[in-house]
Amino acid sequence: MHAALTILRKDLRIEWRTRESVSTLLALGVLLLVVFTIAHDPTREEQPRLAPSVLWATFVFTGLLGVQRSFLLEREQDCLAGLLMAPIDPSAIFVGKLLANLAVLGVMQAIVVPLVAVLLHVDMLPVLPAVLLVLTLGNLGFAAGATLFAAVAARTRAREVLLPLLLLPLVLPVLIAGVKATQAVLTKGFAEAGDALRVLVAFDVVFVVAGFLLFAYVVRD
Amino acid sequence: MITPVVAEGLRRTFAGVSVLAGVDLVVEGGECVALLGANGAGKTTLLRVLATLLRPSGGTLKLFGEDATLRAPAMLRKIGYVGHESACYGDLTARENLDFYARLYRIDDADARVEELVEWTALGAAVRRPVRTFSRGMIQRLALARALLHRPELLLLDEPFSGLDPQATATLEALLIDLRQAGHAIVLSTHDVPRAAALASRVVMLHRGRIDWDGSGGQAAGVAIAARFDALVVKRA
Repeated sequence: MHAALTILRKDLRIEWRTRESVSTLLALGVLLLVVFTIAHDPTREEQPRLAPSVLWATFVFTGLLGVQRSFLLEREQDCLAGLLMAPIDPSAIFVGKLLANLAVLGVMQAIVVPLVAVLLHVDMLPVLPAVLLVLTLGNLGFAAGATLFAAVAARTRAREVLLPLLLLPLVLPVLIAGVKATQAVLTKGFAEAGDALRVLVAFDVVFVVAGFLLFAYVVRD
Repeated sequence: MITPVVAEGLRRTFAGVSVLAGVDLVVEGGECVALLGANGAGKTTLLRVLATLLRPSGGTLKLFGEDATLRAPAMLRKIGYVGHESACYGDLTARENLDFYARLYRIDDADARVEELVEWTALGAAVRRPVRTFSRGMIQRLALARALLHRPELLLLDEPFSGLDPQATATLEALLIDLRQAGHAIVLSTHDVPRAAALASRVVMLHRGRIDWDGSGGQAAGVAIAARFDALVVKRA
């Protein structure tokens, strides 16, 4: 855990200094939100039902970009070799990068979620803890899968194309469960989100364990 | 003392192309082995395999008596590697880069060691500047400092003199001699035949992924090594 936290601290320091990921993700996130909202032009009754799909579509596109950038950082100057040469378990690199990706996703969502509430007139305050729980579970599954596959894609020339191709089919259950859980929380209440939350938890466990175990094999040539 | 490097029949292919085609190499503690060879001879690939960054496609590699493919942390702690790139983050300062790696290696006297290496690299006030503002020579000195942080017993250097000014080159040469005399094993690749001959205790010439020649280094052997290298380059042409 010491190595993972060291890597997390390094990534956050670089992000704090450059603000490249957060600013890019925010710009893209807000743009996608506006486009989705204008394109659907929902009635006031339809807006709460539209919010989950708009939210999650925005998270997927911005999340892919963020995770990709986090591994480009390690490719520049062959920093990944520096990490791999260190006497640490490669799974610590996975955990460190995962935590850093979760932090960037969290910051982006802290701005995008209130914007969705404003643009789609969704009163999120009464259900905010439930929404946060759904987002946390969804982020964990998505970020774990994305961190693992970004390490695979980072070794190839066509990484920008390869990451979505590899990742999206696999994280589809997380996205569907995320949309359904958010929809249930916003329209029917937390109790109705049980099934979708269980799916999210199951996929979180699968992706985190798979990343932890497989990272050492995918990250080396 | 356990032999740092014992490689037998090392092979490595990339997409079906053989880059290492059966390399046998033993490097003892206190030896400085210079790898010479034309571009594409396999020097960088051999160094990356020895650094455990590339898996061998065949053959066996033991580092400090352990199977290198297992990458035991205790074994990795004994290896320092400088490749073509610095493995330092451009948005961090030199000092932050060294602190980061010192934490990863859990170096006890991290602050003192970093100070010592900062002094050796003569980066001075630049140590608080982001690495992306550094010249090639400064980056190379920082990369060497990073590789030496944990006092490795085996140092693998891929063209370490590239981009260094004469003063830094002389400092590095003196450091390599000190390390060798202290019993460290060094494997370095270079295109600089006179320097390789002068610095190394052994010179190994690679040709098409195989060892073509393996002989003693030293000033006295310089002329013979240069003649052999010229013959190798002609053979390649």
